[in-house]
Amino acid sequence: MTAVIDFQGVTRRDGGLARLDALDLQVNEGEIMALLGHNGAGKTTTMHLILGLLSPSEGRVAVLGGAPDGAHAETLRRRLGYLPENVSFYEQLSGREVLDYFARLKRVDRGQVSELLDRVGLGHAAERRVKTYSKGMRQRLGLAQALLGDPRLLLLDEPTTGLDPAATRDFYDTVRGLRDRGCTVLLSSHVLPGVEPYIDRALILGGGRRLALGSLTELRMEAALPITVRARSHGAGGDLAGRLADWEDPRIGISALNGHEVSLSVPPDAKLAVLRRLTDTAGVEDIELLPPTLEHLYTHFSAELSPQQRGDSE
Amino acid sequence: MNAILTIAGKEFRDGMRNRWVLAIALVLAFLAVGIAWFGAAASGGLGFTSLATTVVSLATLAVFLIPLIALLLAFDAVVGEQEAGTLLLLLTYPISRTQLLLGKFLGHGLILGAATALGFSVAGAVIAVGAEGVALGELAHGMGLLIGSSILLGWVFIAFAYLISVCVSEKARAAGLALVVWFLFVLVFDLGLLALLVSVERGGDWLPWLLLLNPAECFRLINLAGFEAARSYSGLTSIAESGVFRPAMVTAILVAWIAAPLGLALLRFRRRTA
Repeated sequence: MTAVIDFQGVTRRDGGLARLDALDLQVNEGEIMALLGHNGAGKTTTMHLILGLLSPSEGRVAVLGGAPDGAHAETLRRRLGYLPENVSFYEQLSGREVLDYFARLKRVDRGQVSELLDRVGLGHAAERRVKTYSKGMRQRLGLAQALLGDPRLLLLDEPTTGLDPAATRDFYDTVRGLRDRGCTVLLSSHVLPGVEPYIDRALILGGGRRLALGSLTELRMEAALPITVRARSHGAGGDLAGRLADWEDPRIGISALNGHEVSLSVPPDAKLAVLRRLTDTAGVEDIELLPPTLEHLYTHFSAELSPQQRGDSE
Repeated sequence: MNAILTIAGKEFRDGMRNRWVLAIALVLAFLAVGIAWFGAAASGGLGFTSLATTVVSLATLAVFLIPLIALLLAFDAVVGEQEAGTLLLLLTYPISRTQLLLGKFLGHGLILGAATALGFSVAGAVIAVGAEGVALGELAHGMGLLIGSSILLGWVFIAFAYLISVCVSEKARAAGLALVVWFLFVLVFDLGLLALLVSVERGGDWLPWLLLLNPAECFRLINLAGFEAARSYSGLTSIAESGVFRPAMVTAILVAWIAAPLGLALLRFRRRTA
């Protein structure tokens, strides 16, 4: 697989402040990569470097086989889609007019406009002015804009901020459809639960440095966070917590949620041993396994940062 | 080139849609007709006085209004898109910053040009129909000169507005600076010149040259000197007989007044980081 985005030891300084510090990153063709981090972690700086809006102070950036801030920019920009954070389109124009304007500027076939509006579900509102659009509709118009000219690479900066869960799911379904057609997607997000099912890999940034990079499985292994196991017995009969109180493994913690339900914190390698005992315990009716979520992983990896670094917002 | 036209077309359509063109044309036509009609009010009469008085009055009106309209129209050209977030997006499109700014200039220039031509033409037509004994040829000449030079003056201040717009990062600050520019060139400069004129006792041959330092004064020179009948009304423009102060030269200087701030704005826009 070829790397669509290739960062080699990229540092970007603004004044004395290191926005990005020796970042190495390869994003492969056809994957959805999430960029996670607190405010000022370097997510937007990374995007701007990929877009060629900024040049690296040190190191090398290559996007689709060339430096985005040089002569390659012209060709690159026609094969790239970008949805900035907080963009408000020309309110006086209708959705179709906005998209038509951007299609002309990108020099793509304007026949795409209607098709794209339908694809993001704005076909019925195409002739209405953007002024009358809801937040979700504006965001979908932004996505349609980013999709002009069938881009090979899609950059989405906080694309679902302010969207309701259903709209978020719709949005990511569209993104996944694009990935399946071979488009590479890089997205940044604060809303971790929404994004989790849709991403292939995640890059966790903190204070301009790479804290972790990998698929969810890889990140879970690296973090070795305990799994939460919940067991429930039927009725109010039996003291479940009492019966499950003693474990040989000292790492296993137990807490009673209520009379007939307990929660166990189990290290990954002890998972099966715990499950075996639970299935053998009389009265246990239901067992629920909760692996650490992206949110837990994120908290784990960014815990290495000092509070000052985390509060170091833009 | 295509991108420039696309951007210009969009700006112009915006101008039509939010009724800038209509509003400017109406204001100019309304005030111009008013001035023509109440031209004799100072002498206690009512009605059209003479073409010369009217043209001088209209030029004085334009020198106040046109720069203000141009600045209001264009001060948020760049900073407005920056605040909306669309500038960042446009900069990732396959268009250059020069194309972006020139396209906007073309669009705003057309808005102002169309509105000025429309407004003053309506006024000219009303005068031609309503006033008695006005020489149509002279009227057309005077109004044509007024319209042409007004458009140039407007473009100068659009260029100034862009320079402001690329230098600041907040819309409110751009608006404030635009008003300062208007104040300086349209009001303060005149007062300063008057003060100088009074305080300089001997010599002072160089004083007329100072007029060229202000595009608004250039505009006045063109209109007062370019229209023969108006010369008698304006002592200052007796200098317009020769040399640099001929209308053609002053027009060239006015064009330079467009190029300079626009060039600076382009330089600044290309150099700054997104």
